[in-house]
Amino acid sequence: MKQQLTIAVSGLNNTDNPGPGIPVIRALRDWKGKDVRIIGISYDHLEPGLYMHDLVDKSYSVPFPSEGSDNLLLRLEYIHQQEKLDFIFPNFDAELFTFMKLAPQLEQMGIKTFLPTLDQFEERHKYRLSEFGIKYGLNVPLSITVGSVSEVPAALQQFEFPVVVKGKFYEAYIAYNIEQVYSYFNKLQSKWGLPIIFQQFVYGNEYNVTALGDGKGNTIGAVPMRKQFITDKGKAWAGITLDEPKLLEMTHKLIAANKWRGGMELELIKDKEGKLFIVEINPRFPAWVYLPVACGQNMPAAAVRLAFGEEVEPFTQYDVGKLFVRYSWDNIVTLSDFQKISTTGEL
Amino acid sequence: MNIRLKSNIAVSDNGFVFDSSTGDSYSVNPIGVEIIQLMKENKSSEEIIQSLEERYEVDAQTIDRDLYEFVQVLLSQQLAEKL
Repeated sequence: MKQQLTIAVSGLNNTDNPGPGIPVIRALRDWKGKDVRIIGISYDHLEPGLYMHDLVDKSYSVPFPSEGSDNLLLRLEYIHQQEKLDFIFPNFDAELFTFMKLAPQLEQMGIKTFLPTLDQFEERHKYRLSEFGIKYGLNVPLSITVGSVSEVPAALQQFEFPVVVKGKFYEAYIAYNIEQVYSYFNKLQSKWGLPIIFQQFVYGNEYNVTALGDGKGNTIGAVPMRKQFITDKGKAWAGITLDEPKLLEMTHKLIAANKWRGGMELELIKDKEGKLFIVEINPRFPAWVYLPVACGQNMPAAAVRLAFGEEVEPFTQYDVGKLFVRYSWDNIVTLSDFQKISTTGEL
Repeated sequence: MNIRLKSNIAVSDNGFVFDSSTGDSYSVNPIGVEIIQLMKENKSSEEIIQSLEERYEVDAQTIDRDLYEFVQVLLSQQLAEKL
């Protein structure tokens, strides 16, 4: 691999619902012995990462994935002409599918990615979680996918209250009665469309694991965390690393079973009997990925190395009891910067 | 004492107790720190009572009762487990 790498990173929305872009960039900047030039990819002119010039060398606006993969590819070709990209780190859930589809074309252009396969991406969707659990022998809460409001009564017969009502991609609510179920159903349907997922509510503590699979069944890194402070959007604002072998065993089992490639975040709940349930599998590194880096596992850098075909020894250690505590910061931005990105799409 | 402190419990001198398997943290007073440290050394309840009796002007019966209550709290918070 070259000594100097140019890596494009999206997810620069370092807001109260933060994307993983800036933490991924911090990880790449920490990569010892590697000179990394960072190209920011943004969908909005006010993504805070655009203006973090100490972390991001140059940024480009790109079209939303909903505008079609051809438009995105055209823009990436232009960026590649300017910057000679070596690797792209897409970090938004909504763009991952498009980047997976484009991966072969990007590879031909000389740009590497390290993403899950389309099958891996599809089968871990929350509306397929029950199926996923059965296929790989993993504990998951009972989940039923509801395709229309007329299916609600029959689906509810499978659950006791409370029941978790989840949107196809985002948002979840805990419903304690039928009225609440219908209310959340309508709310989620109007926002994210159908289907809606009903999921068994598991009483217990929630845990998260950031992990990296090499695509051959090996877990290259895995660090468990417990949220210590949660925002009203349900996002971790502080968290601490744990020494809990069961969480790691579950992660290793999943990655070994489906040969996961790329970064991931597992959301798990441990019930009162100590039984673990996987409640969600996010197919990318989470916004707290810098905590594992600071604890000794630079998984974003390892992902790039894997993409370049390097043999990467799995991480076996990490610091336990280390915390991240987020904060907000008013970055002062010149009109000239805002104008540049708004009018030329570059900064 | 047929109760054991879980192996992943850390306690600092100033009474900060951290359960590294759950991320939960607690605060205990100096005598709590002493008891937890003695439990970490696998001392029996008799040894713990004797140690506290030597250091404080309290009778063994009172220490025994307080120790029992303290251990119940440790059990309820899953910081300790029955052998």
